[in-house]
Amino acid sequence: MKWNIKDAEHWSWKKYPEGALILEGGNAAYYKTGGWRTDKPAWDEEKCTQCLICWISCPDSSIIVKDEKWDSFDYDHCKGCGICAKVCPVDAISMHPEGGEE
Amino acid sequence: MAEVKLTEIRWHARGGQGAVTAAKLLAETALSQGQYFQAFPEYGPERMGAPIQAFTRISSEPIHIRSSIANPEIVVVLDPTLLKAVDVTSGMHADGVLIVNTDDEPKAIRKAMGLKGRTIFTVNATRIAQETIGRPIPNTPMMGALVKATGMMPIGNLTDYVRKSFGKKFSEEIIEGNVRAVERAYAEVKAE
Amino acid sequence: MAKTATKQKIVAMTGNAGCALAMKQINPDVVAAYPITPQTTIVEEFANYVANGVVDTEYINVESEHSAMSACIGASAAGARVMTSTSSQGLALMWEELSIASSLRLPIVMQTVNRALSGPINIHCDHSDSMGARDMGWIHLFAETAQEAYDNTIMAIKIAEHKDVRLPVMSMHDGFITSHAIDRFEVLDDADVKKFVGNYMPKHSLLYNPNEPVTFGPFAMPAFYYEQRKQLRVAIDGSKDIVMKVTDDFAKLSGRQYGLFEEYRLDDADVAVVVLGSTAGTTRYVIDAMRAQGVKVGMLKLRVFRPFPAEEIAQALSKIKAVGVMDRSDTVGTLGGPVYVEIKAALYNSKQRPAMQGYVYGLGGRDTGPDQIETVIGDLVKVVKGEQSPREAVTLLGVKE
Repeated sequence: MKWNIKDAEHWSWKKYPEGALILEGGNAAYYKTGGWRTDKPAWDEEKCTQCLICWISCPDSSIIVKDEKWDSFDYDHCKGCGICAKVCPVDAISMHPEGGEE
Repeated sequence: MAEVKLTEIRWHARGGQGAVTAAKLLAETALSQGQYFQAFPEYGPERMGAPIQAFTRISSEPIHIRSSIANPEIVVVLDPTLLKAVDVTSGMHADGVLIVNTDDEPKAIRKAMGLKGRTIFTVNATRIAQETIGRPIPNTPMMGALVKATGMMPIGNLTDYVRKSFGKKFSEEIIEGNVRAVERAYAEVKAE
Repeated sequence: MAKTATKQKIVAMTGNAGCALAMKQINPDVVAAYPITPQTTIVEEFANYVANGVVDTEYINVESEHSAMSACIGASAAGARVMTSTSSQGLALMWEELSIASSLRLPIVMQTVNRALSGPINIHCDHSDSMGARDMGWIHLFAETAQEAYDNTIMAIKIAEHKDVRLPVMSMHDGFITSHAIDRFEVLDDADVKKFVGNYMPKHSLLYNPNEPVTFGPFAMPAFYYEQRKQLRVAIDGSKDIVMKVTDDFAKLSGRQYGLFEEYRLDDADVAVVVLGSTAGTTRYVIDAMRAQGVKVGMLKLRVFRPFPAEEIAQALSKIKAVGVMDRSDTVGTLGGPVYVEIKAALYNSKQRPAMQGYVYGLGGRDTGPDQIETVIGDLVKVVKGEQSPREAVTLLGVKE
């Protein structure tokens, strides 16, 4: 992170960029939205056919794929919407209450 | 400082007769004489044929006043039918000059309008335009009549300027037609 | 004319043609505009320059003024030099975009040809359109003549783009009276204008720095919004010095020296008229005539309305005995027109201050002749002589009672 915005809500008016610009691209990743989640997805490796429809469908880019294979969930940003579980044609993803048994 | 002479002219015409072009041409000619001027039409929702007015101010010094012209010294009427439709002498100077495009003699105009004092000039600018330019647009011949009536500049200055400014846009035939129109109106205008 | 001034050409042109010529000489990257009387002939003439290939401008035809200003904002944010033009309802339709342009600190220059706001619908001059937009964070310049409209356009781009300003500028002239009248004025060489305005280099720009992307127009919660507004206030207050720096630089080039306002025969005046726009010319004419009769009258002609030069005006008027402020717009439901109300406020804490009276005039293009200005000066003279008190209520000049 090039631009240190620590404590930005307490800055003087002089410190903000002119015109309220955000001076860095791609900074949405710094905001961790995983805390919004009430239901958490779980992946069943045995059922998964690597079709990656979940990866295409995830609205928060929270399905991580490595070497063209399903790798992991990005729980820092997954909001638990359940779309991945819904679109999976082989029921390899299931949703479970946050904090409960996985 | 000597009194600065500010000449105020009002043009009466119908939309499409070229009064605005004439006012513009007069302003540009004044510029070529090193004078100051303003030329401004009175805008409204006019269409072709509607009575319109345009105004010109000319002075040897910068002109500051920006209101419309209430008491013109010179009134130019491009269409004789307007004499019945519009009060063309409204607010006109007591020793003003009225120039009308008509086939009538100045005396007949004076009688018809019941006009006292002032000087009346008449010229059939529409016929001159038809015969020289081939179109019944009376604006350039009326410029010739105006120059004769006011003596504001030698006629050669006006014809030189017509050649120069029309030269960019029109054919030689049109330009020379306009120059002849100016010269004929200058020669044919009658006064009383 | 000053000896330092460059060679110039004297032309016979309408105010709008002069503004279009200034735009041609500036050669903006983008113009997005929608025609509206009496501004139309500016963009019409400029479109000719584009069609004839004498400018490099990308001319964006849009379906409304709202879209015009939106396109200008987008282009300016991308890093382009941007100009547009509007009048009356067109400006009203741009409304929600105006404050976005200023808060994003985008140096858009807009020729605003003053025309009365509807209704009833009217096409003629008053200042209600730009006065309605007076608090949108734009710099407002007013012109008396076609010469000033041309000059202000060239100065506006340099003021707007100055690194210590970066604010949009509206350059006003009076609809029809200035916009459509053929006037005599001097124009600079293309090369001189090009050199004067220079190249525009935005601070942040996707066009010039594609590898350093920035976000324009993010959401600001209560923790952030207020500080942005403070920044805007500081920027527009501070722009006053830059306006004058650019104005002085322009004087060196052209020989035409302007100020935040002009003081005309104000030095020894007992009474003064404050006015802006073309009526300042008629006022000058009346003042000369009345001075010849021994009336000690002067004029303060406002050129820069935003940022409002409150201190300087208070100083200039402090020794006058009675001041009449003429507004070509009415802020109904208040004390009077906006110029009157603000000048009155500017003088409130002065130890020495004149009696003041507010006048509204010329709404919807009602002709304002010398008689109306004589009425104002006559009133002020009576106030000075103690024959009448300044009226609390605003006076509407030339209205049929």
